[in-house]
Amino acid sequence: MTDHAIRVSSHREPKVSPINDPKVRSIFFQIMTALVVVLAVWFISHNVSVNLARANIASGYGFLAGRSGFDIGFAMLPYSSDSTYGDALVVGLINTILIAVTGIFTATIIGFLVGIGRLSKNWLIAKLCTVYVEVFRNIPPLLVIFFWYSGVLSTLPQVRDSLKLPFSMFLNNRGLAFPKPLWGEGTYLIPITILIGIVVTFAIAKWAKKRQMRTGKQFHTIWAGIALIAGLPILTFLMLGAPLTFDYPVAGRFNLSGGSVIAPEFVALYLALSFYTAAFIAEIIRAGIRGVPKGQSEASFALGLQPSSTTRLVVIPQAARIIIPPLTSQYLNLTKNSSLGVAIGFPELVSTGGTTMNQTGQAVEVISIWLVVYLTISIATSLFMNWFNARMALVER
Amino acid sequence: MADTNPSFVRHEMLPAQPAPIAAGNIIGWVRTNLLATPKDVVLTVIAIILLALLIPPALNWLVVQATWFGSDRSVCTTIVQGGIQPDGWKGACWAFVKDRFVQFLFGRYPLDERWRPILVTVMFIVLLAPMLIPKAPYKGLNALLLFIVFPIVAFFLLHGGFGLQKVETPLWGGLMVTLILSFVGIAVSFPLGTLLALGRRSKMPVIKTLCVTFIEVIRGVPLITVLFMANVMLPLFLPTGWTIDNFLRALVAVALFASAYMAEVIRGGLQAIPKGQSEGADSLGLGYWQKMRLIILPQAIKLVIPGIVNTFIGLFKDTSLVSIIGMFDLLNIIRLNFTDTTWITPVTPITGLIFAGIIYWIFCFSMSRYSAFMERHLDTAHKR
Repeated sequence: MTDHAIRVSSHREPKVSPINDPKVRSIFFQIMTALVVVLAVWFISHNVSVNLARANIASGYGFLAGRSGFDIGFAMLPYSSDSTYGDALVVGLINTILIAVTGIFTATIIGFLVGIGRLSKNWLIAKLCTVYVEVFRNIPPLLVIFFWYSGVLSTLPQVRDSLKLPFSMFLNNRGLAFPKPLWGEGTYLIPITILIGIVVTFAIAKWAKKRQMRTGKQFHTIWAGIALIAGLPILTFLMLGAPLTFDYPVAGRFNLSGGSVIAPEFVALYLALSFYTAAFIAEIIRAGIRGVPKGQSEASFALGLQPSSTTRLVVIPQAARIIIPPLTSQYLNLTKNSSLGVAIGFPELVSTGGTTMNQTGQAVEVISIWLVVYLTISIATSLFMNWFNARMALVER
Repeated sequence: MADTNPSFVRHEMLPAQPAPIAAGNIIGWVRTNLLATPKDVVLTVIAIILLALLIPPALNWLVVQATWFGSDRSVCTTIVQGGIQPDGWKGACWAFVKDRFVQFLFGRYPLDERWRPILVTVMFIVLLAPMLIPKAPYKGLNALLLFIVFPIVAFFLLHGGFGLQKVETPLWGGLMVTLILSFVGIAVSFPLGTLLALGRRSKMPVIKTLCVTFIEVIRGVPLITVLFMANVMLPLFLPTGWTIDNFLRALVAVALFASAYMAEVIRGGLQAIPKGQSEGADSLGLGYWQKMRLIILPQAIKLVIPGIVNTFIGLFKDTSLVSIIGMFDLLNIIRLNFTDTTWITPVTPITGLIFAGIIYWIFCFSMSRYSAFMERHLDTAHKR
């Protein structure tokens, strides 16, 4: 320390031994680290190539074009055992996305209800929601999946004694059979009209906002939007002469024929992930709403806003700022947890990839495909989150 | 003027009035908490109907109809299924859990050697309890024993050596495996996560890049892919002829996975510490490690205790995934019994899974309660 004081007073270049110079040390440590990493990578890749050569496995992605030879019970795309390994992985990826989208949708609804319920002044509702959250947060998701799969769904009756549900649906231990819609001619117009409805609604919303800013008059965009987005397709459907028929499942002696079947694996995974993630979403919603100071809604009431407008215009926009970042990461968690489908044989990405890996021995390649797919999803999500944070951040002085 | 003063001054005390009905007694409580508005009345009615539909059948299934005694499947199956219960019987099969309880705890660990895991458990409890009680003295020595000495002793006790019979890891199983994975995961991920968090905030680009890449890659993928990676790729990474124990592979995967999450939690704490703390430490002449150990980390970690414990809870739950790579942790050893001919009944799976759920729940819930307690205990900043 005294040395330091003298140096400052005399304004001379400090004479520090290079060992103690932070810059030199930093460069030294970094070079050492880089060296260790490079050596480790070299060592590993050397070992991998030696081991692969010994096991007679050619590295590379050529195997993706080979015939897979295994069946997938739940495929959204045309797939058979004659399809390629690449097809199998794509089918798996589509199933992962399907589970993610449906699960996120349901988990959000349940989570919102439970989260708001925990804040309810009604003691019974609040306690029920607390119990729900505390139960599901503290057990592994895999257990929830098994609970639905081997606990509930496999105890359903055999195909012969299927439970008959309304609308000619059948429930048995092979899944839920329901009438398969057969779309007639011209139905491709319906999605197009939905798209048109959405676009027009956006335009109306923009116009309504502009008009409100100018004249102060409000326009109920929501009703117009619902009328457009739901009404246009229905109108088109009716004008086309209702071209929709159903292929009903029929109970045969041993099996059901016709209709579509939702596999129990899908239902188990879907229900388990929805219920499990909903508990976390509920906590996020609760924290978000409680994070808006009470003064905000009081001030809004003092300005004469109705409770519904207060919620819509004052509380929700501020709560959203707190809610959306953790909510997105829960969505991401649900997507990643969909990989647990492998445990009950639901053919998602990890499951079809695992089968591919076992058959071809191309472990490095399959795992690299997994990593790339999941990392892409994660990075896309975090890019969205950064964009959102930048947009929503409080503009301070 | 004084006569026209309209103000009123009361000279005698008002008689005491009964408390409002909404305060104190049960009717008041019901009114304010259950029936405050018409909407509340509807909600309460719906909730009561829901409870009435759920609880009696659940209690009936779990307790009233449940079978508590018996040594094989006949006590949990109906006559048609080859058992002794009347037709249409449905209830939990606790006899199954009772019969297999010891197996659920130890897996296939040899019967004669079971004193060893029990001894390890006793040592663990004896070392952990004073660690968790804030007032207990000698924390440093205690931590040294728990995190350095205990794992070594426990390893030799469980695995064998020094005259003890060898018990290979494929024989380990049940709750024992779940707890070992969690303990090692926690003991490794906390220091490793701290290092990664410090690395991520380091000014050295090489170290920072390495840490960021590691953390983001691990956090971006599901644990199951990391487990597959450890299971399939780790043997490829090693020179030919080297083998690595399956249990160790899972252990590495779980610990690395938890470290990445831990790093992000601790980074959150580090970011919340004002820059002045670091500058103050610099001006006192503390080196980097002294500064971190004595000034920054104690404050940062205190801030993120809930996050740290949440990561521990996540880790504990995630250990169940090792069943997918073929290890017999608590969940998988219970599932193994579903196909065992001695106990194969329609109610076995659901009973076993409920039992597993209760065990997991007890551990996770106590961890979260303890973290809430610690948070209050350490909350010294806002209390004077």
